Amino acid sequence: MSAPGPARHWRAALAEGRFLLQRARASGTVFFPPRLMEPGSGDDEWDWIEASGLGTVHAVTVIHPRPPHEPRAVVLIDLDEQVRLMSEVEGVPAEAIAIGLRVRARIGERDGAPILLFDAAEA
Amino acid sequence: MGGSFPRGATAIAGLATFGLGECPGWTSLEMAAKAGQLAVADAGLTMREVDGLFICLPDDVLAGLSLAEYLGLSPRFTDCNRTGGSAFMSHVATAAMMLTAGYIDTALITYGSNQRSGGGKLSTPVGSNAWEAPYKPLFPASSYALAASRHFHQYGTTRRQLAEVAVAARAWANGNPEAFAQGPLGIDDVLAARMLSSPISVKDCCLVTDGAAAVVMTRIDRARDAPRPPVPVLGAAAATWHNAISQMGDLTTTAAAESGPRAYAMAGIGPGDVDVVELYDAFTINTILFLEDLGFCPKGEGGRFVEDGAIAPGGRLPVNTNGGGLSCCHPGMYGLFAIVEAARQIRGEAANQIPGVDIALAHGNGGTLSSQATVILGSAATI
Repeated sequence: MSAPGPARHWRAALAEGRFLLQRARASGTVFFPPRLMEPGSGDDEWDWIEASGLGTVHAVTVIHPRPPHEPRAVVLIDLDEQVRLMSEVEGVPAEAIAIGLRVRARIGERDGAPILLFDAAEA
Repeated sequence: MGGSFPRGATAIAGLATFGLGECPGWTSLEMAAKAGQLAVADAGLTMREVDGLFICLPDDVLAGLSLAEYLGLSPRFTDCNRTGGSAFMSHVATAAMMLTAGYIDTALITYGSNQRSGGGKLSTPVGSNAWEAPYKPLFPASSYALAASRHFHQYGTTRRQLAEVAVAARAWANGNPEAFAQGPLGIDDVLAARMLSSPISVKDCCLVTDGAAAVVMTRIDRARDAPRPPVPVLGAAAATWHNAISQMGDLTTTAAAESGPRAYAMAGIGPGDVDVVELYDAFTINTILFLEDLGFCPKGEGGRFVEDGAIAPGGRLPVNTNGGGLSCCHPGMYGLFAIVEAARQIRGEAANQIPGVDIALAHGNGGTLSSQATVILGSAATI
């Protein structure tokens, strides 16, 4: 039997405290979410790499649930590896999370499962 | 770049809407069948002549099979293509190719949804993918809000400009007895509305209504014999660049920037030739993005383009003349209603009829700004 697919491999690594990305050998392009091959080229020669964890807020929306729930921000983050993903920035008031904010990844836990989150990076 | 398309070889020969707004006591399937029946009659045909069936239903992934059974048809081709609310523009493209090839002779494209009477929420089997769901975005509103946040950041677009889109849609709706949302709506009303997922407020969102629509397509020679004026299909192009918003390369440029130019090339026209524009306005930001991507103004200028009632009645460009998804109807998937309104404008029978329409554009959006499909319709004088 072949090894588990890339999505499952990524989740298993996250559970072990590692944030992985994939990098195509020929083009050097880094991609996420996990795939069997580089999107576009179809190149299936790639390696798992450890993410730097550093990134920048690319887009932000503040969701306003009905009270008593507090507004909360959902963001798109551009990692320094030129990869974009959805996440949340913790420890910063929702309305203060602005496009351009530098952030650093952290693996947290929600609903009993590991989850990729971000904090404001030290200046 | 347009690809090969049988310009003017096929036409919309019949059309109908049914149950717009509230249609209590009806199922989605019944509504789609009723709209289909009305469109077939409008084309001067009989149901047993339908040999190509194209349908999406919000709550039935095998809707093509369900409708064929319901109508007692055994179509030569059944298409349940699901690209979200743009599916119907893709149906037009497929039907045009199949009719021209002689594979089918009569295509029925239909849709129905009882989502308002049936539950009152947006009816969709779609949600966030596994990589976005843990962060609990509002689906799909937060995805559009994220795109709007980039448009604000890069181009200085404002909530007031988004509000212009909602206000224009309402002004058109107020002239359309079929439109569900009627009554005054001002910029300040939109700005004061409850925030949902910033910068999108509840008044920046499309309606939740019931509604059904259908069109019948035939080859142009048969359409010329129909009771109503034929509406030739001049071009139809679909494009998709992503599904989840986190995978959209440039959040301010949609694949309409591909589907539009391809459809224009097929039709042999440009945006300056379009007399009336029907866009899938699931959210106010959509109208701004699509006006840019379809070439009606430069990228980034959409917010300024819609100011001062420019797309409202009496403005410089008639956009969403039925009131759109924002104020006419939004029964889950809106694409076919944009096509019907564009065809009515060509036929000269729209509630808010624009004088002398020879070219009408209907643009569909599916997913989270993901699937984009453009249909260009003409009058008989254009072929």
